[in-house]
Amino acid sequence: MDFALTKEQELIRKLSAQFAETELEPLAAEIDDTHVFPMDSFKKMAALGFTGIGVPKEYGGVGGGSMDEVIAVEEFAKKCMASAATLSIHLITPHILTALGTEAQKKKYLPRLTKGGEVAAFALTEPGAGSDAAGVKTTAVYDADTNSYILNGTKCFITGGSRASVLIVFAMTAPEKGTRGISAFIVEKDFPGFSVGKIENKMGLRGSETAELIFEDCRVPAENVVGKLGQGFKIAMQALDSARIGTGAQGLGIAEGAIDLSVKYMNKRVQFGKPIAALQGLQWYIADMATKTEAAKWMVYHAAYLHDIGKPFSMEAAMCKLNAAENARFVTNLALQIHGGYGYMHDYPLERMYRDAKITEIYEGTSEIHKVVISRAILGK
Amino acid sequence: MKIIVCVKQVPDTSGKVAVNPDGTLNRASMQTITNPDDMNAVEAALKLKDATGCKVTVVTMGPPPAAGMLREALAMGADEAVLVSAREFGGSDTYATSQILAAAIDTIGVEKDDIVMCGRQAIDGDTAQVGPQIAEKLGLPQITYAADITKDGDTVTVKRMLEDGYMTIKTQTPCLITCIKELNEPRYMSIGGIYATYNKPLETFDYEKLKDHKLIDATTIGLKGSPTNIFKSFTPPQKGVGVMLEGDGKETCEKLAGILIDKHII
Repeated sequence: MDFALTKEQELIRKLSAQFAETELEPLAAEIDDTHVFPMDSFKKMAALGFTGIGVPKEYGGVGGGSMDEVIAVEEFAKKCMASAATLSIHLITPHILTALGTEAQKKKYLPRLTKGGEVAAFALTEPGAGSDAAGVKTTAVYDADTNSYILNGTKCFITGGSRASVLIVFAMTAPEKGTRGISAFIVEKDFPGFSVGKIENKMGLRGSETAELIFEDCRVPAENVVGKLGQGFKIAMQALDSARIGTGAQGLGIAEGAIDLSVKYMNKRVQFGKPIAALQGLQWYIADMATKTEAAKWMVYHAAYLHDIGKPFSMEAAMCKLNAAENARFVTNLALQIHGGYGYMHDYPLERMYRDAKITEIYEGTSEIHKVVISRAILGK
Repeated sequence: MKIIVCVKQVPDTSGKVAVNPDGTLNRASMQTITNPDDMNAVEAALKLKDATGCKVTVVTMGPPPAAGMLREALAMGADEAVLVSAREFGGSDTYATSQILAAAIDTIGVEKDDIVMCGRQAIDGDTAQVGPQIAEKLGLPQITYAADITKDGDTVTVKRMLEDGYMTIKTQTPCLITCIKELNEPRYMSIGGIYATYNKPLETFDYEKLKDHKLIDATTIGLKGSPTNIFKSFTPPQKGVGVMLEGDGKETCEKLAGILIDKHII
């Protein structure tokens, strides 16, 4: 048994931490205020290969696996959760195409989404299909004359949707078949009939634009079907299994970032004639925060490890996401408490991190949905 | 064409500097970084590689863990690395270090079209001597304080940044250039570079490898071959907290004047 990172992974951590400190942290407060997606940062991530993790070199990627992605996302989330989420959620699409795309789809789209610096989005959620992802109402009707599908419907809460040039969109091709009637399509932002609707005004994660997407007779060539017709739901669920490890890494990173800030503050802040780090009540806070975060870390790493060695990881991914998300809220809450009035001020990063942490309990599947996934795996039901 | 870049692993002075009871630096307890000016030299070499496709070789003298720093330079894009490491080389001052590095560089081979690059100086010793000494020992023309470098055929044009202005110098390759931070912004490693780095060649030059070189003998290397020795190093005590006087009235001014008079400043 070996808990050590590889030498390469140690360097990925060093690079990711340097990049997060130099490029992401200085922008974190600003993009939270302006609510604007950090396109420049994204292009820098692409130039360094972050957006190509998990994609083979022949398609513009850099190779590597889930653990490498976890390290990058974790380090980014310590300094800027919105940037971590941007990378983590972007990677879902190139990973789906790597696993299931045709050779032509891979050659056409993967270089753009890796070294090309273009953003991808994963469009599953709809106003009536959240936790009940099978309730997709967007339709895709085949048109034999043009050998294409015509999409109609609305997607909501799509991370990066307003900036994406390539999207994977889930739509009903055979409504009578239920979940087996859902198919996945590659949609480009320039396809006629596709438009971006409302950009949501969110509580947190404000540096990552969350958009409504509208499809009005949007024509998608039949060659852009991902996998087989009717496999869309399976593709979405498998993609979410992997993505949950990334969300776990986001929760882990933001908790670690909050602990780092708390330790600095406790050693510096003087009350009652001594640094507040000398107060046992707060020492116990830090002990709890660090212990639970250590546990969250190894659950996330273990799920990534299982993914990388090709073992089943669905339950472990759900567990690590559920736990890391709850821990992120727990830790940012205590960290804010340690910072007292300063923590509550918008000028200090804790206020943003507290708001950002909450999303990890909601997106990529709510905590409650994760408990469904986990209990089904354990009970076999 | 190739560029040989000398780099040094130094203590990270942004953290706490630890000193042993005997006054020498406690390197084991300190984080290390690649010397900042050396990073500018690596970047300058990589820029020339981007433009010309030349080979970049990074060289360091240091203990075995310095190999980690070389791997980082390889992950930035350098092609191969040489770690010069042996007990016999330990304790070398700048004279002995440049002797050993010159022997190592000569062993790698400096050809007509090549350039040797160094950082101006290391943040631990601050001598700025090793680069120029290597040039002397290899009989190469040297240009120090490079703030801009262009290469056209075998002519190298360098803008030197001096305290009171700039000086532009042309020379022929092979030559040695020392680089300053104004020269460029060092690039990051890349993820692809990191995956490649452990497959790139890293050779260790030990005492056996270099001992027969004409520059190497017991009187020119290591502690014994060093004309200078560190007598003492220490962290200077921090200055105390200053005194703040508040108010803009005559009384405050008189108080301030009184303090300055007491300290014989006025």
